[in-house]
Parts: sequence; C-alpha cells; structure tokens
Amino acid sequence: MVHSAEAGPRTLFDKIFDQHVVTAREDGQCLLFIDRHLLHEGSFHAFDKLKARNASVLRPDLTFGIEDHYVPTRTRDLAAIDPAIAHMIRQLRDNTTRHGLRLFGLSDPAQGIVHVLGPEQGLTLPGLTIVCGDSHTATHGAFGAIAFGIGASEVAHVLMTQTLWQKRPKRMRIRVEGRLGPGVFAKDMALSIIAMIGADGAAGHAIEYAGSAVRALSMEGRLTLCNLSIEAGGRCGMVAPDEMTLAYLRERPYAPSGTDFERAADHWLALRGEPDAAFDREVVLDAAEIAPIVTWGISPEDAAPITASAPDPDRMTDHARAAHVREALDYMGIRPGQPLTEIAIDRVFIGSCTNSRIEDLRAAAAILAGRRARVPGLVSPGSAVVKRQAEEEGLHRIFTEAGLDWVDAGCSMCVGMNGDLVPPGERCASTTNRNFRGRQGPGSRTHLMSPAMAAAAAITGHLTDMRPLLQGRESGLTKGR
Amino acid sequence: MDVFKVLDALACPLPLSGIDTDQLIPARFMKRSRADGYGNFLLYDLRFDENGQRHPDCPLNAPRWQGAKILVTRRNFGSGSSREAAVYALADYGFTCVIAPSFGDIFASNAVNNGLLPATVSEEDAEALLAALESSDGSARVDLETCEIRAANLVIPFRIDPVWRTKLLNGWDDIDLTLSHSAAIEAFQVNDAKTRPWLVPKSRPA
Repeated sequence: MVHSAEAGPRTLFDKIFDQHVVTAREDGQCLLFIDRHLLHEGSFHAFDKLKARNASVLRPDLTFGIEDHYVPTRTRDLAAIDPAIAHMIRQLRDNTTRHGLRLFGLSDPAQGIVHVLGPEQGLTLPGLTIVCGDSHTATHGAFGAIAFGIGASEVAHVLMTQTLWQKRPKRMRIRVEGRLGPGVFAKDMALSIIAMIGADGAAGHAIEYAGSAVRALSMEGRLTLCNLSIEAGGRCGMVAPDEMTLAYLRERPYAPSGTDFERAADHWLALRGEPDAAFDREVVLDAAEIAPIVTWGISPEDAAPITASAPDPDRMTDHARAAHVREALDYMGIRPGQPLTEIAIDRVFIGSCTNSRIEDLRAAAAILAGRRARVPGLVSPGSAVVKRQAEEEGLHRIFTEAGLDWVDAGCSMCVGMNGDLVPPGERCASTTNRNFRGRQGPGSRTHLMSPAMAAAAAITGHLTDMRPLLQGRESGLTKGR
Repeated sequence: MDVFKVLDALACPLPLSGIDTDQLIPARFMKRSRADGYGNFLLYDLRFDENGQRHPDCPLNAPRWQGAKILVTRRNFGSGSSREAAVYALADYGFTCVIAPSFGDIFASNAVNNGLLPATVSEEDAEALLAALESSDGSARVDLETCEIRAANLVIPFRIDPVWRTKLLNGWDDIDLTLSHSAAIEAFQVNDAKTRPWLVPKSRPA
C-alpha cells in the first residue's frame, strides 16, 4: 500500500489508517475518510460554521446525533428544566432536523451517553474511523476501531467533507499480562497505567492495549480501558477485534446482518497487527500487581492503591512535581502522608461514559446489596437500554434500598452540564474519568475509582478497600449473564 | 485565519502544570454563543472567587500582565476535554501564543485551527523563561520563521509540527484545501462502497 509509513509488518492501527487514506501529502499529512461521525449538543459551533458557508452535510447516513451532555436525569420534560439547558438540546434537534440526521433524543428507547450508545446499537464496528467532538471517543477503540475526539473546527470539516487531515501518530503498545486479582477491574488497570506513564505519557501516540489480562476483559471492561486513553494523553486507544468482539456485535440494531456480517467479520479479524509489527514505545504491566486504585489529586495521574497514603511534596526532589502535589493536596484538602482510607466523602456518583454499563452497575450492586449508604449518591445508567436491563435484574432496588438515587441516562455529574453538580468543597467518590479542579462543579473535589470502590465508599463514608466487602458476593459481578 | 509570523508582546507567566480545558473554560459557560465572546470566562475559577471577586495572586489579574498576548506555563497544558471553547476563551482574551513543555493533542490541534500557536519548549527552558519574565519587563518575541523565543537575555528554541507551522505562517484554513480534493474523496467513496458494503448502517430503527 503506497500510503504506509514504511514497508514491513503493520500494526492494527496502521492497517486501519492505511485503508482510510484518501490522499497523502509529501509532508506526511493524510486525508482520512471518516466512517462514523457522532454529534452531541456541543456541536452547535460546528453547525454555525456550516451555516456561515451555506454548506450541507456530505454523508448524513454516516452522521448521528445523540442527546447526552446536557440532558436532565430526573425528568425528561424540557419545560421543567433550566431554559438555557433546554435550549442546548433544542438546538441539536434543530440542527439534526435541518440536515436530515438520525437523532437519538431524550424519548428514544436507545438514548444514552454517546460512548455507551454507539457500541450498544452496533454503530461502533471494528476497522472503522470514528470521531466525535468529545475527548472520550477513544472508548470505541475497544472494538478495534480508530476513534478519537476532535474540536469544533474539525467537526465542521467532517460534516462538510467526511474527512480529516491527520498525521500518522506514533504507536505505543501497552501490554498487561497475567490475571487481575479479585475485586480489581479495568478501571484499576487504566488508572495504574496513567499513574505509571503520566497524564501526558501517551501524547502523540495511538495506543494498542494487548496482553492476556486485556484479552480476558469483557467488552465492557475493554470500553472502560480504552475510554481512559485520553487521560494518559493518548490520541486513541484500541484492542484488536476477536471472537468476543464478534459475539457482542451479532444482532445489534445497526450492525451488519446475515452474510454481510460474516463478510465483515472476515475483514475485521484480518485487521489484527502482524506479530513482528514495531511499536515506537512499549509498556508492560503485571496484572497481579494491580490493586484497587483511587485518585487523591487533581489529575488522573495522581492515583495510588487504596492501601497507600497521599504523597509528601517535601520529600520530592522534582521541583515542578512537588509544586503540583502541593497544589493538588491543598485543593483536595488532604494532608501530606494521610492514609487514603482516612479520607471521608460527602457523596458518590456512579455513572459516565467510563463506568455506567451493566457490568459496572452489577459490581456496585454486588457491594451494596442489603447495605445502606452513609452518604447521598446518584446512580445514572449509561443508556436507556442499560437502565431497562438493570431494572430487569433488580439492581435499581438494591441502589434505592441503599439510599441512592436511581435516575435516567446522561453525562450527568461527570461534567455537571445538566445541573447535576457536586456542591463547592464537597468530596465525591466518582466512577468518572476526570478529577480536574472544578470538573464536577465549582470547588468540587473528585476521587476517581471503580464502581465497586465507589459503592464501598458509599457504605463506609470514606475511601475504602472494597475487597473485604466483596467476599462471598463475587457471583453478583456476573449476575444476569 | 490571521497569518502568524513574528509576535512581540508581553508574556504572562502562569507557573502551573496540567491546566486542563475544564479550567480554561468551565463547562457552565459553554452554553453561550461565541458571538458574545468567551474572553471573560478564561480560567474563570482561577481568576475569580465564588463571589466573582478577582484573586489578587492570579497573574492574569496583576496590572503588570494586562495586555499579554503570550502565556507561558508548565507541562500538559490543555489536557482533557476536546472543547474548542478553551481556545476561543484564550483567543478572545487576547492570547495568540502559549508556550509550554507539553500540550494536550486535541487542544493543540484546535489552537492551530484558530491561529493560536502552541509552542513546545523543554522543561528546563520553560522554567528559565518563567523566572526571566518575572525579573524583567516581561516582554518576549516569538518568531515562527526561526522557531525561537527571545526574552530578557534568553534565546530559546521551540518545537511545532512542521505542517502546523506552515499552516500558521500562511493562515490556511483546512476546509478550502480539502474541497480542492473533492474528486479524490468521491473516488474513495465509490471504491469503498464495493470493498466495504456493510459500512452504511442499513437498519434505521425508529
């Protein structure tokens, strides 16, 4: 293939990239064809750019609207919410209607967070290029797709041309070998990786996750792992498609069916990287050494095993790192050297594109069943489909009997755009992806962790090693399967 | 888009690492139209307290840094959310260049699409520059032709992807360039429909 970076064995990323090159320039820029373009309420800047050029959408059949960022979770009635928020939703409806795009709106039985809905509906397929004006688009890489977040100018570019100019990024392979211990999940794997390589450790790289522990993850687990690629600075993250990928996709509403599926499946399985393909960088972790992780600071790299203590900046030799740790501990209201299990929380949030799938809710419910939460909390399933399934399995009763609120699907308290906010100064145990200053609301303090860890924190009222609380309840993790 | 060649301006030091796009523009301001300008919301929670009063220790509030067009900061600037509004806030405030040891990939791409230069320097040079600006008159020259920054008695090289450099030097807009490749895009689609007939979702349930 003339567009390949170099001859020789190719990675999964390179095979897909090469198949999408429309034209390549001397300077290395490639015009890539985009197979799926997912839009949410934030797309209005891009539609404004279309309007300014009087342009139309080139491929409405490959473009989908999803209401998720601003949607209310306690009502579905737009008349009952903040008019400015309702306006964001109506604006997306107007723009998708004007351009003839399929919209998954509030009343749609498939509505949900874009990165939950895409896979669930079979819009996400192996070998595709998928973009969305959202940095967690890497999630879809769990299926062996090149999926990445883009800004408004690029959204406008894709709407008008169904392409993007891209330079081939460097390739990084992250291998996790061995078996995860009981009570250790994809979230712990991802946070361990970020703590190890840093929040910009994968900048400029496309990540491929591999190794026996990654292979052993369910599709839900792979989605969580790929979702957090951006928190390590990665351009995208992906897992090679395998039989588990195919089994997940069969019979999904928008996936190919019948002989089309079989033909596609042959194509998808052939995308796997060749054994001798070279990576620019390789990182290896031992799954057995990964413990349940929580964050203590204001960057996802500020993460440590729950059994550890907060760092002490006075003992650090790196001046810039010590300054960051000081800032972080000050913002978070944590003492240097404070054991993490001593940190009391004010509320929990279980949801977001990182951890709101059925397996996540089962893990939280396994810990919460028959127990009471000491703090208030919100459980927001990733989609209406997840919500229905959880209710069929009776999980919603476990949450409400524990004292938590069971609400509708949306981005909710992860980013607070819909008004689900953590009040100033409050500390939230959260299954989300960003513990940035003020992310969940001005002055909010976020600790990232897995759903089971958030559930355990809800029960004890402080950051807690959930493993003793899981004992004898492991079957709850796979209930309904 | 404006052409970027040489910039002589005040360079405001902001000695923080990991200034993410949620900080550059908090989500609650993103419902507004760009026409209203996003400059007032730039780094809002760093600049203002909960009562809307200016934090006196935030460099952006200091009289000596008013009118700065260059921002100098620490590693991993613009990480996180892909919101282009983070760039709009910087640009509407008056910044046309950010100097840092590393940038979030999506932020950097968004910056270039809006004519804002993300100049990457080494950690040592960033620290030297932060210190030099504090102890000098704070002015700097960023030369995109030579990829050099001059401030006080320092001459610091910076890195930028060559493609992005060309784009900024010429003030190019991608869309016009891409539309000149319309025939190639059309040919790709015709061929692709044969090799990947499953690409377009057939089922369109209500």
